[in-house]
Amino acid sequence: MTAPLLAAEGLTLRFGAIPALLDVAIDVAEGEVVAIVGESGSGKTTLLRVLSGMMTPDAGTVRWLGDDVHAMGEAARRRLMRTAWGFVHQNPRDGLRLAVSAGGNVGERLMAVGARHYGNIRAEALSWLAKVEIDGHRIDDLPRTFSGGMQQRLQIARTLVTRPRLVFMDEPTGGLDVSVQARLLDLIRSLSRELGLSVLIVTHDIAAARLLADRILVMRRGRVVEQGLTDRVLDDPQHPYTQLLVSSVLAA
Amino acid sequence: MSTMDGYNFAYLDEATKRMIRRAILKAVAIPGHQIPFGAREMPLPYGWGTGGIQVTASILGPADTLKVIDQGADDTTNAVSIRRFFTRVAGVETTARTGEASIIQTRHRIPEKPLREDQIIVYQVPQPEPLFMLEPRRAEAKRLHALADYGLMHVRLYEDIARLGHIAKAYDYPVMVNARYLMSPSPIPAFDNPKMHRMAALQLFGAGREKRIYAIPPHTEVHSLDFEDHPFRPIRAPHACALCRSTDTYLDEVITDDAGGRMFVCSDTDFCAERQARAAPQEAAE
Repeated sequence: MTAPLLAAEGLTLRFGAIPALLDVAIDVAEGEVVAIVGESGSGKTTLLRVLSGMMTPDAGTVRWLGDDVHAMGEAARRRLMRTAWGFVHQNPRDGLRLAVSAGGNVGERLMAVGARHYGNIRAEALSWLAKVEIDGHRIDDLPRTFSGGMQQRLQIARTLVTRPRLVFMDEPTGGLDVSVQARLLDLIRSLSRELGLSVLIVTHDIAAARLLADRILVMRRGRVVEQGLTDRVLDDPQHPYTQLLVSSVLAA
Repeated sequence: MSTMDGYNFAYLDEATKRMIRRAILKAVAIPGHQIPFGAREMPLPYGWGTGGIQVTASILGPADTLKVIDQGADDTTNAVSIRRFFTRVAGVETTARTGEASIIQTRHRIPEKPLREDQIIVYQVPQPEPLFMLEPRRAEAKRLHALADYGLMHVRLYEDIARLGHIAKAYDYPVMVNARYLMSPSPIPAFDNPKMHRMAALQLFGAGREKRIYAIPPHTEVHSLDFEDHPFRPIRAPHACALCRSTDTYLDEVITDDAGGRMFVCSDTDFCAERQARAAPQEAAE
């Protein structure tokens, strides 16, 4: 097996007396989709923020291709964040510039890494809007005129435009209605397969995890209580909490 | 007019001048980087050139000749009052001729006549932060400067082209200094931007209210931001000056009556007068 892209071990972080992460270890390999599931407050989002370098853990290391993410300088981390990494926020308003047109939003990462040809930037933006099923003639519209699902798809286009190798997704389908969720999951799955993306996705939606993920980690109170291949964990849960989680999913 | 008693030479006390000179030296050492300084209360309101005046006061010597430009002209309120201020508190020579000045304090224009190495141009700056409209958090803007993370500024230019077909910024057009710092050239017209590139004179920028000083040393690279397929264009009114018939200077549009009458004249009054004076004897000879 090749070395993982992202490897973390011994991550511990406390907010005062509250342990948010306790000795968490996680690996993400090239092209792998890993889901982190668990109830609210179990530390899923905190883990994502620590792994992506947005928060510093009290103990433990996160390595990207062998380099310690928290030891590298801010300039290097930002460069990583806009080239090899992407971050899709739960709320698209956190990831988009609402006062900038859809095309400008998609083009921002390109311009940040040095693209200086307007025609090329615009062509790239158009092709990405098509990939996420947004009509090309809306390229100059502001994201605030878009529906929630469209905003989320625009955020995905904006993140993927620089062809990252690893994308962090924080409940990308949260707050969307079920049919829009299904289309968005479909889109994420096909794009990640097509581009060979590694995805680390936080969700509390077990169905979404089953659809997307190769591997699954179950978190509870800051600990990873169970992890393994998605089908194994969901079909044969070992930990009592995972059993509870799986059994509480409503069958459609 | 005689010099006033009771004031130090050029109004500011020596300790303040020393502090400002230190800021200027640091600014020259890091072209385009904004240096904070302790701006003093000046006997005129913010927005009237308090930053420029403090920079001028700190570099002024008794042997200097001062020229003050306001919107290209030497005889407008701001220019007249600042010139009179320095006549009273420093007793220095003042002039309206660009070629005769050793220090030129300016608001909104760079003289048409190329400046020399022995001259210094001081700009009055209302807002030194080029990212101000894009990133309202000062601390974050500082971080973007530190990391040379200027994609945001290009997003703004992209938006202009997407909506209007061209970059619409006609003044205070952002520049990259020495291929490192993004800098606001103060509200000069974009037409003047190319004059900053490798200018022989030292360029100093003072923002009084915002308490920042920055500088461009002589012969430094200054490039206006643009796209490869939408290159920077200096904009000027497509006319000839009604007084001196110049076709390559920046023009002001002057309304002459209330029946739609208007004329275009050079904004740089000194340059225009010089051209007229040179043309007059020739016309007389014809």
